[in-house]
Amino acid sequence: MPQVKTDQFKSASVKALHDANIQRALGAPFAHFVDGRKSAIEADYTEESWDSMRERAAAIKAQTIERLDYYLDLVDRNVRRNGGHVHFANDSAHANQIVLDIAKQHDVKTVIKSKSMVSEEMGINEVLEQNGIEPVETDLGEYIIQLAKETPFHLIAPAVHKTKEQVSELFEKFLKSAPTADIERLCVIARDKLREQFAKADMGISGANFIVAETGTVVLVTNEGNGRMTTSAPRVHVAISGMEKLLPAIEDVGLFLRLLARSATGQRITSYNSFISGPRAGSDEDGPEEFHLILVDNGRLELLKDEVLREALSCIRCGACLNHCPVYRKVGGHAYGWVYPGPIGAIVSPVLTGLKQAKDLPYASTLCGACRDVCPVGIDLPKLLLHLRHKIVADGAGVWAERLAVRRWHNAMKTRQKLEGSVRLSRLLLKPIARGGYVKRMRAPVVGGWTKGRDFPVPAAKSFARIWADELGGGRS
Amino acid sequence: MATVKVLRHLGVDVAFPEDQTCCGQIGFNGGYRPEAADVARHFIETFEGYQHIVAPSGSCASMIKVYYAELFADDSEMLGRAKAVGAKTYELTDFIVNVLGVTEVGGTSAGLVTYHDACHLLRELGIAKEPRTLIEGVRGVEIQEMEKSDACCGFGGLFSVKFPEISTAMLDDKLQNVADTGASCVVANDCGCLMHMRGAMRRAGSPVRAQHIAELLAEGLD
Repeated sequence: MPQVKTDQFKSASVKALHDANIQRALGAPFAHFVDGRKSAIEADYTEESWDSMRERAAAIKAQTIERLDYYLDLVDRNVRRNGGHVHFANDSAHANQIVLDIAKQHDVKTVIKSKSMVSEEMGINEVLEQNGIEPVETDLGEYIIQLAKETPFHLIAPAVHKTKEQVSELFEKFLKSAPTADIERLCVIARDKLREQFAKADMGISGANFIVAETGTVVLVTNEGNGRMTTSAPRVHVAISGMEKLLPAIEDVGLFLRLLARSATGQRITSYNSFISGPRAGSDEDGPEEFHLILVDNGRLELLKDEVLREALSCIRCGACLNHCPVYRKVGGHAYGWVYPGPIGAIVSPVLTGLKQAKDLPYASTLCGACRDVCPVGIDLPKLLLHLRHKIVADGAGVWAERLAVRRWHNAMKTRQKLEGSVRLSRLLLKPIARGGYVKRMRAPVVGGWTKGRDFPVPAAKSFARIWADELGGGRS
Repeated sequence: MATVKVLRHLGVDVAFPEDQTCCGQIGFNGGYRPEAADVARHFIETFEGYQHIVAPSGSCASMIKVYYAELFADDSEMLGRAKAVGAKTYELTDFIVNVLGVTEVGGTSAGLVTYHDACHLLRELGIAKEPRTLIEGVRGVEIQEMEKSDACCGFGGLFSVKFPEISTAMLDDKLQNVADTGASCVVANDCGCLMHMRGAMRRAGSPVRAQHIAELLAEGLD
């Protein structure tokens, strides 16, 4: 598992705010995602409205999650019936061991991978390397960050923060290519290298965008075709997925493919949609000799146990909540300190990696609701963030100074007299340091942060309640 | 004061229950639910006897209308009362347009203004048209839409002091979009956003004003 740095959100976010490359990356490319999604939805030709599609998808997901044990059993039976193998992994270490065992059994030297967020959770590349196996990412963005030894900056655009110059430097260093700022040339360099890898790899590891329970089918979408190569060229294909990614029936897939493509990239349909049901069979001319599906828990049962947080298991990892989050758009993906960034990361990471360490993440949101508006499966992200905040406080993991401030607030709001008293006290404290009714710098716990960039108003000498009583005919009703 | 002036001008019999304090949102958003429930209970007790409850701030109204139900989910007696109070609570412009059926309050002002959509007002309560209609109804006032009027200003309550650097970076974008309209005034209907924008505009010595929508609507009323 990659190092968890969820406790460093504050410092990492400030660093990101001052990183020119990150700030540039968070501008135009994301405006492109946002506009693309909007026009894809508006220009839609289907008769069903976007909201209706969302509602249906949310209902299908909720129903699947409610009966997860049933559907997992169905997947297990159907994948086996198709000639594949199914493994259940409790955590990252367990999942990594399963992959290593399969690799050993097949004498695997090199592995090609298509994009898989769960494999990022597992930190599988490092584990493979430690065991003498060479893993190569084949999604271009993932390949770039693999060379840079970084975690994804975004769910679907992992290397969006890298400039073409930085990519050229990485290729120069690791692939010995000549420096170039020509993007097409850079693509060709990567493509040539990856072709070699595709040809020689013994094992392909993929993720799964959806798994169809009734047919035992892994559905994979990519825009580079690398997913198809990864799952068909090598002798062995191992698909790794979070155990929540199930859909009941093949009829459900169309709806989700439509929602995913529009939400993620603003496409009507992703370029390559692969449906993989088991290994090469009968008269098939290609495809792997063996197919394995690893279903990973790694903390998901904790989400499932909580009736509110369970909703997060509906996520299809489209990234729309990141693209529309004003906080993510300022700090980028790495500040969140683990595999999943943005609003969904602020919900999932604390549960999967430890609430206490990640206690800043659920607070790293203004609760503006933009994420909920765009979520294709209708996850009420602000509600989940609020729920996590409640859990943090209830577990005693809250910030001590904030607890004290809330206690004072709570006490002051019990009666009007107390409120007026508390306002008078702040006026008394602030007035000597104010100019023109505003304070430039407050040295106080919790609220002191306000004057970093903003003046703070001194409460008025006469409260509204007094004005009401004296001037507005108070008491009249 | 402006809210009272506007409502009275429209013939509403306004009361200000003098024991009122807070809706509880500060505690609720911070994760302090028992404390928030206490304050919310006080709000409900103070207000439930009235016919309509009008809040001149979007996020307070959304706390009462949307989140009280969650706060009292495990307390069936309070839940019923909270829902009843929520059903008759309105944000100011919602009340004027949809309850009173008024689109022109009758005031007069001057100049070009731009309107900021406060997040909870827009996305929890779905109110975007009402304030614009009322602003357009003020004689002498022209409205110029800004880029991303629906983008968060970065306030977010506790967020603004917990992550001041991110908060002010978001605010900078908002104020740039305001400035780009050439408007002399940004109008909003959420006390948090207004305090936030005012605080930064004051710090920067900006000539643009941040005005509560009630203040604009009250201008020129006798």
